[in-house]
Amino acid sequence: MADPRADGRAAAEVDAVVVGAGPAGSAAAWALARAGKSVVLLERGPFPGSKNLFGGVVYGRILDEIAPRWWEEVPVQRWVVRRSTMVMTPTQALTVDFRTQAWGRPPYNGMTVYRADFDRWLAGKAVEAGATLVTSTVATGLLRDEAGRIAGVRTDRPGGELRAKIVIACDGVNSFLAKEARLVPRTDPEHLTLGVKEVLALPREVIDERFGLRGDEGLDIEILGCTGDIPGGGFLYTNGDTVSVGVVLSLAHLGRSGRRPEEVIADLKAHPAIAPYLRGATLKEYGAHLIPEGGYNHMPALYTDGMLVAGDAAGMCLAAGIWLEGVNFAIGSGLAAGRAAARALDSGDLSASGLSGYRRELEKGFVLANHRRLRGAPDLVLSERVQRRYPGLVADLVEGMFTVTDPKPKPGLLALLKRAARRNDVRLRHLLADAVRGGRVFR
Amino acid sequence: MILRRRRGAATVDANAAPARAAAPERWGEVSFEDRMATVDFRVGERPHIVVDSDVCRSCTTRECVTACPANLFAPTADGGILFNYEQCFECGTCYQICNREGAITWTYPDGGHGVVFRHG
Ligand SMILES: Cc1cc2nc3c(=O)[nH]c(=O)nc-3n(C[C@H](O)[C@H](O)[C@H](O)COP(=O)(O)OP(=O)(O)OC[C@H]3O[C@@H](n4cnc5c(N)ncnc54)[C@H](O)[C@@H]3O)c2cc1C
Ligand code: SF4
Ligand code: SF4
Repeated sequence: MADPRADGRAAAEVDAVVVGAGPAGSAAAWALARAGKSVVLLERGPFPGSKNLFGGVVYGRILDEIAPRWWEEVPVQRWVVRRSTMVMTPTQALTVDFRTQAWGRPPYNGMTVYRADFDRWLAGKAVEAGATLVTSTVATGLLRDEAGRIAGVRTDRPGGELRAKIVIACDGVNSFLAKEARLVPRTDPEHLTLGVKEVLALPREVIDERFGLRGDEGLDIEILGCTGDIPGGGFLYTNGDTVSVGVVLSLAHLGRSGRRPEEVIADLKAHPAIAPYLRGATLKEYGAHLIPEGGYNHMPALYTDGMLVAGDAAGMCLAAGIWLEGVNFAIGSGLAAGRAAARALDSGDLSASGLSGYRRELEKGFVLANHRRLRGAPDLVLSERVQRRYPGLVADLVEGMFTVTDPKPKPGLLALLKRAARRNDVRLRHLLADAVRGGRVFR
Repeated sequence: MILRRRRGAATVDANAAPARAAAPERWGEVSFEDRMATVDFRVGERPHIVVDSDVCRSCTTRECVTACPANLFAPTADGGILFNYEQCFECGTCYQICNREGAITWTYPDGGHGVVFRHG
């Protein structure tokens, strides 16, 4: 199809342009290409993944749709067989550690990856399916036709208008396309966290020994109580010959806290429960990226006439305390967006009503079903008591249980609980209310 | 183990109980300059973020100074902000928390420029 451009030359129009070759964009482009549509996948970085940073674990089940036996080709660091949840105070740590060998063999569960490798691999799948990947190109805004309908994107290439029947915005947490279309507010620090991470080099054998791993087995530690006055959490993931350590910090609180992000990581790394793991490690890469944490209650409209939004751009990241799943949710929403766009292209109705199947598909699938079920989690997990008081309460309770009090008899559990609650300034009725709320939120 | 900071006090664990016996073990700590030297930047000619120091002078929060993970906002003696775009993660933190309309003009670097994570 040809379309006259302002300068008189004919500019080709494609069926779809997908902005952002992160997991959401590559999945959307793959789905469109598989449906036989012409699709351009735009990426501002020099290669897919170059701008992207995360903690470290991709849950690959959703990849079954894209490549059967993907585990034979995906650029993996380690397969997660150990998952630990750690609750800490400055001098205490309680860890719940789970291990299963089932996660260490096909079809696997979670894997640590570097985004520079993983995103490039996934974009390659879209290209194999027939999408055209264009890197080093920023989509600078939306193109509109005479009637004001979205008709493609402007880019920072000379003469860089890209006409398309439909635009899929997969441009990540800052999505300026979703902002331009007025689907999301320009700023929203209340529902964003800043993730900062260090990649630390350690010899493979040392990682194996310290974390009880063999071969390509990996460990994932999620940490609560390590961010002081700033609501958030921490993580430690093992890669082949590096360990990723980082923290996630509430944007609404970080700036006022007086503590710089790298200081919060430094304190986590110096914690007596973490420091021995890192002895001798050297810094290989430092970085930062935002995370949308609003969840179901703060999701924007997911489409408008001529445009769909997927992945972090639509707040699809599941950040609910012990879960931090963004990549699989980005892929799931990207696939759904690509399919919805393909159906709309077939029917010829690219208006919002023609695209409404997108939301319905997401609600039926894991993406919005999980978000809906866990919609109370972000508020609860980032609440003052869960962040500031319960780690100490739990740690004091366990310390009391295991501190031998001879010659006095062991105190009863209720006495210990009362003491721990008093020390950490927790009222038992609040604890009970939060337990009920937690039961409801995570049911 | 030497720990240097670009600004402010030396190593402090804000959470540390004063009675903690041994000094904490610290690994992988480097100066902020060395920290940023671990990251690749393909610096473009156009400053993709511009900070209007005059607007900053009336700012009461200055959250950018604490929150920017690349530590690019430096307060100046006359109450303004000195900003250099070159080693920016393009994370968006600064414009999200900025207290003054018009202080920060924020765009992405031109295609292919800016931060390039080797691991991410
Ligand atoms: C510290 C941290 C830890 C995390 N840990 C995990 C984890 O362990 N597991 C997990 O599953 N998730 C995790 N996440 C979340 C996960 O990284 C995101 O949810 C996921 O990357 C979202 O994918 P996406 O494709 O929507 O967006 P992105 O990955 O951000 O991709 C967006 C792409 O769009 C490109 N782009 C943006 N604007 C433009 C434009 N105008 N023109 C052209 N290209 C553009 C970008 O360069 C980028 O490649 C973590 C996030 C952070 C920050
Ligand atoms: S928060 Fe905004 S206005 Fe205040 S000092 Fe920083 S950039 Fe300037
Ligand atoms: S985008 Fe992030 S790294 Fe860049 S100046 Fe703003 S806060 Fe700092």
